[in-house]
Amino acid sequence: MNNFNHYYDTETIRQVISVVVLNEHNALSRIVGLFSARGYNIDSLTVAPISGTEYSRMTIVTTGDKRIIDQIVKQLNKLIPVLKVNEHRNVIEKETVLIKIPIDQHLSDIEVIARAYNGHIQNVTEDAIVISATDEPHRIANFTNIINSRYNPLEVVKSGVVAMER
Amino acid sequence: MKMTGARMVIESLREERVKVVFGYPGGAIMNVYDEIYKQNHFEHILNRHEQASIHAAEGYARSTGKVGVAIVTSGPGFTNAVTGLATAYMDSIPLVVISGQVPTTIIGTDGFQEIDAVGISRPCTKHNYLVNKIEDLPRIIKEAFHIASTGRPGPVHIDIPKDITAQVADFVYPKEVNLPTYKPTVKYNKKQLKRAMSAISKAKKPLLYVGGGAILSNCGHEIRAFAKKTNIPVVETLMARGIMGHENPLLIGMLGMHGEFAANMAAHETDLLISLGARFDDRVTGRLDEFASKAKVIHVDIDPASIEKLVKADYPIVGDLKVTVEGMLESVEEYEFNDYSNWVALLNEYREKEPLRYIDSNTVIKPQWPIERVGKLLGDKAIISTDVGQHQMWTAQFYPFSFPRQFITSGGLGTMGFGLPAALGVAKANPDKVSINFTGDGSILMNIQELMTCVEAKLPVINIILNNNYLGMVRQWQTMFYENRLSQTDLSMQPDFKMLVEAFGGIGYRVSTKEEFDFALKDAVEKKKPAMIEVIVARNEEVLPMVPNGHALNEMTLIGDINE
Repeated sequence: MNNFNHYYDTETIRQVISVVVLNEHNALSRIVGLFSARGYNIDSLTVAPISGTEYSRMTIVTTGDKRIIDQIVKQLNKLIPVLKVNEHRNVIEKETVLIKIPIDQHLSDIEVIARAYNGHIQNVTEDAIVISATDEPHRIANFTNIINSRYNPLEVVKSGVVAMER
Repeated sequence: MKMTGARMVIESLREERVKVVFGYPGGAIMNVYDEIYKQNHFEHILNRHEQASIHAAEGYARSTGKVGVAIVTSGPGFTNAVTGLATAYMDSIPLVVISGQVPTTIIGTDGFQEIDAVGISRPCTKHNYLVNKIEDLPRIIKEAFHIASTGRPGPVHIDIPKDITAQVADFVYPKEVNLPTYKPTVKYNKKQLKRAMSAISKAKKPLLYVGGGAILSNCGHEIRAFAKKTNIPVVETLMARGIMGHENPLLIGMLGMHGEFAANMAAHETDLLISLGARFDDRVTGRLDEFASKAKVIHVDIDPASIEKLVKADYPIVGDLKVTVEGMLESVEEYEFNDYSNWVALLNEYREKEPLRYIDSNTVIKPQWPIERVGKLLGDKAIISTDVGQHQMWTAQFYPFSFPRQFITSGGLGTMGFGLPAALGVAKANPDKVSINFTGDGSILMNIQELMTCVEAKLPVINIILNNNYLGMVRQWQTMFYENRLSQTDLSMQPDFKMLVEAFGGIGYRVSTKEEFDFALKDAVEKKKPAMIEVIVARNEEVLPMVPNGHALNEMTLIGDINE
């Protein structure tokens, strides 16, 4: 019999958590502060108000072993303005990326690659093309890698993950 | 009724039936202090340092179970208070701390005495508020008292900008708190309790492991009754001293780093650890993977995050401890328990074999002696506070505590400077008891200015300094683990403590014999004035037994290993 923390699987897992939290002064810093104070990771974090309510939804992607993920969920629940914490098991995850590429490229090639990742050309100016794509996080990572390796992008901006239970 | 924000603070405290407020005025909180001057609902105790105001409110709260209240100003006033907030947070003490803030128009401009107070207090409070609108003020104060005192208690901080205290609005104090996001679980899950009870009835060597939560939820009576009915032995953590009462035959003692041999062996050998309001602190468990390694664990806590934070719980129960132990008591008749008398007898054998003891001397006072002596002479007539260090551990070991809330100490944070201000809070709340503060020559200097508060507010705190001219606990570690390199722990350079307390208007004693000590204690108790008894004690005494850092509880260094 062994009671201790290594009782749990020490395997590191990636976990998507959504937090419904009162829109109040300090709410975001409470959540972020909890992660930093207890030494937990935040891989990505997105926040937006839930329309028609006084709440916001945060989607947090984090990594840790089972014990850490359990603690994150419990400690989040402990915060006074937190209404609900969901540990997502079976989710649709989406992430958006915006990439700015110098103009001296074949627009049609770029359009084809972007489409392959649910994206398209957003804007073209005299010196730059902006493309966007919204897809699952790992596909967005692939997309970004490809663009990086071929086109020397000027700027890459990712949104962080939003998620919803299937 | 229309009134200023400052007046609202006073009226809200009156609604909460606050009788004593500790604090220190300053620029940003002046409007509130002006209203304090005009009112007579509560008494204000003027500490001489904001850290001490918070500790005093803690002493008040810890000894009574009521919410302690303190008021400080912005900037340095608030930052001074932070150590107190952190101390209360670690030990789950209910406090409401109000701080002034620069006017809303100045916030964010690095104004005079401005600091991001809610930013600083966030990690060391249960919750905090910055008041943005005067209309919110009564609701926030109501919520603060509710949050501080329910669920797992803790300090709540309210930061009020100066212009908000000057504005005028209608004052309506809410009757009820409406917090849809905060609903602590009070009542346990019946199925979980049944499973736990069934496990207890099957265990061969069950052990009640009682923590500070037992004090906070006022369930000493229930725990004693449960232990008696089932004949299950009990170990207490530092924070639970007094739950069982020192004469209770089922009390095996305090466990942990400086716990009793028998208590630590009990934890080592038990097959069912019943954790009641304890949180498996590293100073209690020693090496975690060896702690209670033969046992299944029942873990009762009001804070779900405490359960399985460090140790797997086979039978988790979330709920208020008093309610849960009442539930356990009610269902006792439904189960047939094993006969635990052999188990209790074994633990008592351990106690006899390796009792808590020290080797007394005829030439010098050993530091444990004055603690035992006060215990003998005052016993349950005194409430005992401590600072932090060797004297704290000796007090936990050698004072005969007989009721909950008799031992007031900073456990989780280990805050030096806690003892004197806490003891004055204790004295304010318990005029019928003698308020004793055991302290060290290191600790006492960290909030010595509170002697002034004691004298002014006529609070007859008796400080007993166990003076070994060392920062004793650090010196002990240096001796044991750093090849005796006594880096910066020799405190040979000291003030004349007797003159010092007399300069503040109290009574001082300097004693180096047992007779002198008896006289000083008797005299101080009779004179009912703030006092300081400096006891010259053996310089190199160690706190024993001890579980060295990183060792398991059954690997103790015993007194015989060092002294004989």
